[in-house]
Amino acid sequence: MRIPLSWLREYVDLPATETGRDLQEKLVSSGLEVETVEQLGAGLKGPLVVGQVLTIEELEGFKKPIRFCTVDVGQANGTGEPQEIVCGARNFAVGDKVVVVLPGAVLPGDFAIAARKTYGRTSHGMICSGDELGMGDDGSGGIIVLPPEHEVGTDAIELLELVDEVLDIAVTANRGDCLSLRGVAREAAIAYGIPLRDPALLDVPGPNAHGYPVQISEPAGCDRFTARTVTGLSPEARSPIWLKRRLQKAGMRPISLAVDITNYVMLELGQPLHAYDRSLVQGTIGVRRAEQGEKFTTLDGAKRVLDAEDLVITDERGPIGLAGVMGGANTEIADHDAEAGTSDVVIEAAHFDPVSIARTARRHKLSSEASKRFERGVDPMAASAAAQRVVDLLVLLAGGTAEEGVTEVIAPSAPHTITLPADHPDKVAGVTYGRETVVRRLQQVGCDVYGQDNLTVTVPSWRPDLADPNDLAEEVIRLEGYENLPSTLPRPPAGRGLTGRQRLHRRVGRALAGAGYVEALNYPFISDETLAKLGIEKDDPRRTTVKLVNPLSDEEPALRTTLLPGLLEALRRNDGRGSHDLALFETGLVFRPTGDEPQAVRLPVDRRPTDEEIAELDAALPRQPRRAAVVLTGAREQAGWWGKGRPADWADAVEAARTIAREAGVELTVRGDQHAPWHPGRCAALSVVVDGEEILAGHAGELHPRVIKALHLPERSCAMEVDLDVLERAGTGAVQAPRISTFPVATQDVALVVDAAVPAAEVESALREGAGELLESLRLFDVFTGEQLGEGRKSLAYALRFRAGDRTLTVDEASAARDAAVSLAAERTGAVLRGA
Amino acid sequence: MSAPNKSYDPVEVEALKPEEIERMRDEALAAFAAADSLDALQEAKVAHTGGTSPLSLANREIGALPPHAKAEAGKRVGMARGAVSKAFAARQAELEAERDARVLVEEAVDVTLPYDRTPAGARHPLTTLSERIEDVFVAMGYEVAEGPEVEAEWFNFDALNIGPDHPARGMQDTFFVQGPKGRETESNVVLRTHTSPVQIRSMLDREPPVYVICPGRVYRSDELDATHTPVFMQVELLAVDEGLTMSDLKGTLDHMVQALFGEGMTTRLRPNFFPFTEPSAEMDMVCYVCRGESVGNPDRPCRTCSSEGWIELGGCGMVNPKVLTAAGIDPEKYSGFAFGFGIERMLMFRHNVEDMRDMVEGDVRFTRPFGMEI
Repeated sequence: MRIPLSWLREYVDLPATETGRDLQEKLVSSGLEVETVEQLGAGLKGPLVVGQVLTIEELEGFKKPIRFCTVDVGQANGTGEPQEIVCGARNFAVGDKVVVVLPGAVLPGDFAIAARKTYGRTSHGMICSGDELGMGDDGSGGIIVLPPEHEVGTDAIELLELVDEVLDIAVTANRGDCLSLRGVAREAAIAYGIPLRDPALLDVPGPNAHGYPVQISEPAGCDRFTARTVTGLSPEARSPIWLKRRLQKAGMRPISLAVDITNYVMLELGQPLHAYDRSLVQGTIGVRRAEQGEKFTTLDGAKRVLDAEDLVITDERGPIGLAGVMGGANTEIADHDAEAGTSDVVIEAAHFDPVSIARTARRHKLSSEASKRFERGVDPMAASAAAQRVVDLLVLLAGGTAEEGVTEVIAPSAPHTITLPADHPDKVAGVTYGRETVVRRLQQVGCDVYGQDNLTVTVPSWRPDLADPNDLAEEVIRLEGYENLPSTLPRPPAGRGLTGRQRLHRRVGRALAGAGYVEALNYPFISDETLAKLGIEKDDPRRTTVKLVNPLSDEEPALRTTLLPGLLEALRRNDGRGSHDLALFETGLVFRPTGDEPQAVRLPVDRRPTDEEIAELDAALPRQPRRAAVVLTGAREQAGWWGKGRPADWADAVEAARTIAREAGVELTVRGDQHAPWHPGRCAALSVVVDGEEILAGHAGELHPRVIKALHLPERSCAMEVDLDVLERAGTGAVQAPRISTFPVATQDVALVVDAAVPAAEVESALREGAGELLESLRLFDVFTGEQLGEGRKSLAYALRFRAGDRTLTVDEASAARDAAVSLAAERTGAVLRGA
Repeated sequence: MSAPNKSYDPVEVEALKPEEIERMRDEALAAFAAADSLDALQEAKVAHTGGTSPLSLANREIGALPPHAKAEAGKRVGMARGAVSKAFAARQAELEAERDARVLVEEAVDVTLPYDRTPAGARHPLTTLSERIEDVFVAMGYEVAEGPEVEAEWFNFDALNIGPDHPARGMQDTFFVQGPKGRETESNVVLRTHTSPVQIRSMLDREPPVYVICPGRVYRSDELDATHTPVFMQVELLAVDEGLTMSDLKGTLDHMVQALFGEGMTTRLRPNFFPFTEPSAEMDMVCYVCRGESVGNPDRPCRTCSSEGWIELGGCGMVNPKVLTAAGIDPEKYSGFAFGFGIERMLMFRHNVEDMRDMVEGDVRFTRPFGMEI
């Protein structure tokens, strides 16, 4: 809402020295968000005067038509001689009154005016457009042509009210009353503790039987309808300058006198109004719900198909207005320039149900000045005053005659009252205001207050947002000043810190960053095509995605079922920007619907939902496990003066999973697997044991070459993804401390030859089991293939360390344990001791 | 027992003559001094203190002396040997020091060589900033609460007093999740637009008092640009207890900005409107960059706060009693306060980030400098 300070001063006697910035500060502190204070005409300096065009000479031979004019500016130029001015505009004629800026003046934007040669003549000043004067759009599309009654030589800065301050207020959804000068003036009056001259306090004749007939068949949607008629409007009447200027400053475009007046009164009182051309309305005006599919053309020329919930204004033929939103083209007031100008009008000032208006405006994507106000709440008691104000202005400015008939259809309603303990605001604020202050503040807002310890408060008709005790508490607290609230701290019960899941999440992030991975937080929006490019088959559960009704991009309408698409995109982006050695990680939710989720139920809000109801709601949501993933490419270790580098490979990806598993205190079982998007020969399935049952936790390895090609990734890129929630469940709890033996260690190395296809993990597990309790540790230190082993064979060299807790092992004991290990490995995997 | 051989004169034993012993000692000292390496010193040691060295041989002669002469000769030889071994030790220390100095010089390296064998990793600053904020409240006794990002509308809107006709439910802000075929727009499920549904879930899960901090990702359908992102991180707080007041809210906010930005920081509340709080307020903090010194000071303009002296953080207020009712908490007995803000903007002014896109693109050059914690 734009509030010109000069206009506001009509309703409150602000101190004369008070600036827009001063008022802004006061209003902000009491709760109106004044975003800016615009300084109109800042830097503007005359002479800027009314002139009359005496002669026009059309100059030929230029790219566009140019006029050389002489203009009478009276004594403003000091000589009384006609002023010679070159002008490019064409919307004026000899004899027109115009606005002339003379040399020596400065226009907004630091535009200094001086005599200058142009188009072969000397121009001593300019004939001005609204734009050049910073007035905003006046609809003329050229220079300003003034009404003829203004004298030449008159100061136009004052005449056009060019210097002013305009407060731009972002009105919150609950304060419909502040979408008017009246509402903002009331806030200003409270803020300064001075009286308000309420513009809605008008003498209004009571309703009678000769008013325009109105029939409301939908009182739930329209609880008040005032109709007044004004006849004999002069076709020549135009909006006076002051009216146009106020509309412009408030951000509206002047259109025609009757429309300008209804807009002016709406800005002043907050009551949206509509004027119908009476000659075009046939019979009784009605208010009803539209018929489903009913067709109607609004003022903006749009043909609309109505919904059965839309509220419409009708005459005998059908709809003539979309109630509270926009009038109809069929009863539009004709412009004064049109052949048959409107001479008689019916004025509507009605009150509509905010929810109904909001729905209609949204349904038809039609937000108007009227709907904006009705949605937020309009003072129903101001309707008849607003109609009266329009009547008065039409009589005054358009020479019309007010008909005696006054129609008022009103559905009975009681004012809203709230009861609350007098100390309720104190309890909400944590400040002792006392009853007296509370009552005074509520009265300032316009409430009627009765009672001692318990207050009965009747809220004013313009504040429908005041519905509950806390609403009243807020009024008191904001007017007493939020800035005066003290700073105190509550005492929460002693806390228990983060949960295990939260601590694991943090540890995983730290461990991966410690291992050289950089965290990337990627958007979860993906396309089905990307999943296909990852080689994920159509029947894979990862292809069942949550889809958005209104995605940001139609190309990415789904939510991720795996973290890899986002991470790989980040990998590609980094690579494209010249970072080629990359290790990235992400932790976050993935969304795994079954595709059979039911619609979420609509629960009431006036009580706690039952546990069953909550469970039913949750069943409508997809599973949302937390995952961790890494992607790698380029060098894992850089080459340098220390020696060679090492490219990132599948083993780094698997190791990243082990790093995470270590943080979770979980032993990871690694097996070869074939799983998209990984290379079928270089993919590890990672599983853990939860409650005695082995569960798949994720995969790691090198990406499939086809995936790398399809997603334009660097060759041999690797990836890992695990489910953190599964790892957390697999966690074994508190670590059990090992017993540390101080007896000497006995080391035995063995090299076992097996088929190349035998997984090292199987050999290792057989060795461990066979070696028994004396085995302290086992480490694979070499893998060898070569001719002497034979085709398809490999040699695995292990270092076994034996130790007992109670004695020094003899060589025989250690050897026996080793032999047992080897023989179990032989039995399980066909391993043969190398060289044996 | 026979009488000692009084006539035996030690002087008669050639090797034990005082001048002879002095000579042996001096020769040994000269040989040590002449040794220019540890090996040469070792040879000199064998020659002058070994079993066949003159001093050792002389020592053996002592036994043959008459008792009265033994003491004197023994003392003389002992002193000589003492001097020799001391000289050896001194020379050895000298030569070892020389050797060490030489070797260490030879082994010296250029310690300015760069070492970037495994470049460091880093956590995303939004993650670590969120944790930093969480920790402030965990230290006060709050719990960290989490919830789903794909959320039922009842949790995201209805329970928060955002009725079906509230403009925030319109298509311009919220990502709606598709329902089953034929009823695509009727799932009643959305991407959460704030972490407030976690507040509702927290109240449903617990008996009051409830003190929780709810960090997490939220979604609004804005296009990505330098100052907006459709996916962002929010931190919300909820306290529900008997007798909580708006002054408690103010104190909690003040404590937070002091913990995060240092002593002397403070907040300001301005009236505002939110459906889920009543009274509601907009919360500002003193500008972290200029500390308010740019206000009315055109010579020192502040870009961070546009010389307003305050930075807008987010919204807050006393939990609307209707919200407590929907979450099963008796508003007659309990009151609560809540606040919420996006942490992207906080990261921007706290760390001078100029473009929001840097936070979402995952460029390692942006994230690396932030390390493990901020």
